[in-house]
Amino acid sequence: MSQKVKIRITLFIGLLSWILFSFFDIYFIILNRYDMSEAYVDILPQAFLTLFILSTLFYYRYIITRAESVNFMDLLWRVFITGLVTTIISLFIRLIFNLYSDTSFIQNPVTVNFLYHIYVGLVVIYLISTFVVWKRFILYQKSKNLIQLWNFFEYALLVSLAFDFLGYELQSNSFNIALVFLTTFSLVLSFNLKWIAYLNFRQKWKSILFILLSGIYLYHFFLNLTTYSGTGALIHDLLDRVFIVAILIFIMIYAAISVLVTLFNLPTSSVFERKLKEAVDFQKLSQSVPAGQSEVETYEILIDSSMSAVFAEAAWIEIKQSKENKIIKRNINKKTISEVKSAITDSDLGKVVNLEFSGNVSQQKIFTSLSKGEYRSVFALPILIKNEQIGALVLLQEVSDAFNREMVNIITTFVNQASIALENARLLDDAIENERYKEQLKIAKNVQKSLLPEVLPSNKDFCIAAYSMAAEEVGGDYYDIIHHGDGRFSLVIGDVSGKGTSAAFNMAQMKGIFHSLGQQNLEPREFIVQANEALARCLEKSSFITASYYNFDTNNRRINFVRAGHCPTLIYKAKEKKANFLQTKGMGLGVLRNSEYEKYVYSNAIKYDPGDIIILHTDGITEATDQNNQQFGEEGLKTALLKNVSKQPEQIREGIIEELYSFLNGKKLDDDYTLVILKFT
Amino acid sequence: MIEIKTTTEGDVHEIIVNGEVDASSSIHLDNALEQAFGEHTKVLVNLENLNYISSAGLGVFIARLDEIREKKLNMVLFGMNDKVKNVFAILGLEELLVIEADRKSAIGQIEA
Repeated sequence: MSQKVKIRITLFIGLLSWILFSFFDIYFIILNRYDMSEAYVDILPQAFLTLFILSTLFYYRYIITRAESVNFMDLLWRVFITGLVTTIISLFIRLIFNLYSDTSFIQNPVTVNFLYHIYVGLVVIYLISTFVVWKRFILYQKSKNLIQLWNFFEYALLVSLAFDFLGYELQSNSFNIALVFLTTFSLVLSFNLKWIAYLNFRQKWKSILFILLSGIYLYHFFLNLTTYSGTGALIHDLLDRVFIVAILIFIMIYAAISVLVTLFNLPTSSVFERKLKEAVDFQKLSQSVPAGQSEVETYEILIDSSMSAVFAEAAWIEIKQSKENKIIKRNINKKTISEVKSAITDSDLGKVVNLEFSGNVSQQKIFTSLSKGEYRSVFALPILIKNEQIGALVLLQEVSDAFNREMVNIITTFVNQASIALENARLLDDAIENERYKEQLKIAKNVQKSLLPEVLPSNKDFCIAAYSMAAEEVGGDYYDIIHHGDGRFSLVIGDVSGKGTSAAFNMAQMKGIFHSLGQQNLEPREFIVQANEALARCLEKSSFITASYYNFDTNNRRINFVRAGHCPTLIYKAKEKKANFLQTKGMGLGVLRNSEYEKYVYSNAIKYDPGDIIILHTDGITEATDQNNQQFGEEGLKTALLKNVSKQPEQIREGIIEELYSFLNGKKLDDDYTLVILKFT
Repeated sequence: MIEIKTTTEGDVHEIIVNGEVDASSSIHLDNALEQAFGEHTKVLVNLENLNYISSAGLGVFIARLDEIREKKLNMVLFGMNDKVKNVFAILGLEELLVIEADRKSAIGQIEA
């Protein structure tokens, strides 16, 4: 059943039961008058009155929602309005009474009782609605114990409804016992007044007014009820019902206590309000940056919250910036700012306002008084991120000694919170930036990978395998193979000095030069001389490239080669089952950048046989060091090769890399390394 | 880690390089050479306690080659251990730089 339906049903039952209550009551009066009293059954009007009270109770329970700090005043307003309306109607009835008091119509018990019934309806409505509102107030920020106590109170009230069927009269013994019992409960419950703390100064005054007026309505109703009682014409006196009297007393007690407590809370409410505002400002500050606001907005919140927290008359925030410092100011102009600055220049505070602060805030004097000028009290606090001052908050007061230690705590907390918010925002920016760089490097890595040959061709004369690995995302190693047809091909390996991005750029240049020269099918010597000439123009002065260039002629099993400063090539002779490094002279590319270079280029030639293996590598392999600072060395490479000579190039490669990593034993390589393995068949 | 000391005896300036010269520490070596070449024509580079030199360290010497030739400076390196000497040799720097085995022969070379 929806809430709406429930409200309508209770409203309907309430109305119907009131009509029936009134009808039966009057019906029996008439019966009584014609002396047919034996037919009188008292239970019916009693039952309908009870039903009327119950349905009113449920009706208000449905329409008066839970108390929240925002609707305390609405609830009180409802009590006030309900009271006003019911009082006006009852006054109107009273007026009729007074105007026609002499007529027999008014003296007729039927009329008296009928008007009394209307009156009963009004009183019940007002009492029940106020009761429900009070309940909401009492159960605001409820605890388990409180709920239990309240439920018990409500059950006791329900029992009292049934008790009323017994027809005890006001001030009879049983009546009094029940009443004392319920009143004690009301008293205990009435000290739950947490809602009052959440009212501001104005709301407190308003609620005192509303509650006092509600009390006056109650008093008025009570007076009228007793007047009616006094006429003696009533069949059912509402004041003979424990339930009604108990609720009346409960409402009165709670109203009285509420008014007193509110009254006593009035002087402290400004303090509470300020504390509450501080808490809200604090929250605003900490949320300002994640909420997607700019730094300036954080500073604005900081300056406004700080000013209101210490009652500052003027303030400014200065933020360090590369060109001109940013200043956010309140009630002050630039001229006055520089006046204040110059007035405190030589004190500790001077360092803070001039953004030259370093050290610990807690040991710092934060506020001071000035002997002259527009402002006599200055409060300055550095805004720090990672112990570095990025700005200063300065608060000013016209009177001297306006600031105290208590304020320091509040403002320090504000500034800290702002710093955290700002730092978080900056960290987030940095993280995004880093992510972007990483992404860029990933792209660079992929681009560089594409600069190396994807597949190395093999044919009937030889098999080839290669591997290259950069210490960082990108590196400076390069190798390539160029086919000239007719059983001839060239192999080149290069290593740019240094590593990382700068090496990677030079590697790309090297690739361009090597690739274009390689197509010309030059003699190794010519190749290296021209490569040096080309690289001399584009390499930085302190950069150089080491390279080896090999021309293979599979027709007569000859190798012509030049070593340009590169680490010597390892060759395995299958016939002799021996491996040796080719010790030849040669100079790195870019070491000499003039025609002199030619003098240091030495051509070499060797023959090979099937089963021979040639290993080109970069110094990343031979200079790899383990934890004990021992190098893998040329011997390490030679030994690794000899263990694997019977295998195919790919397996040899795997074998050598495995040896290298087991030698490193978990230590990371800190240079790029490349391995090219060529096996003749 | 790198440690660089300099001494001057008569017209001979000596740079003593201890430790390791890698990409980050090579700048100190470069500064020492810069300063030496600004004031002296006879420069000894003592590498007796140099354990390791990276390609960036070699770059520092390579970058000075033109200046040495143009200003007719006299720079002698000495005291390299085998590992370091091999690094210079592989790159072909032995043929461009004056490298002596010990201090005595280095001084003999520079005074000549």
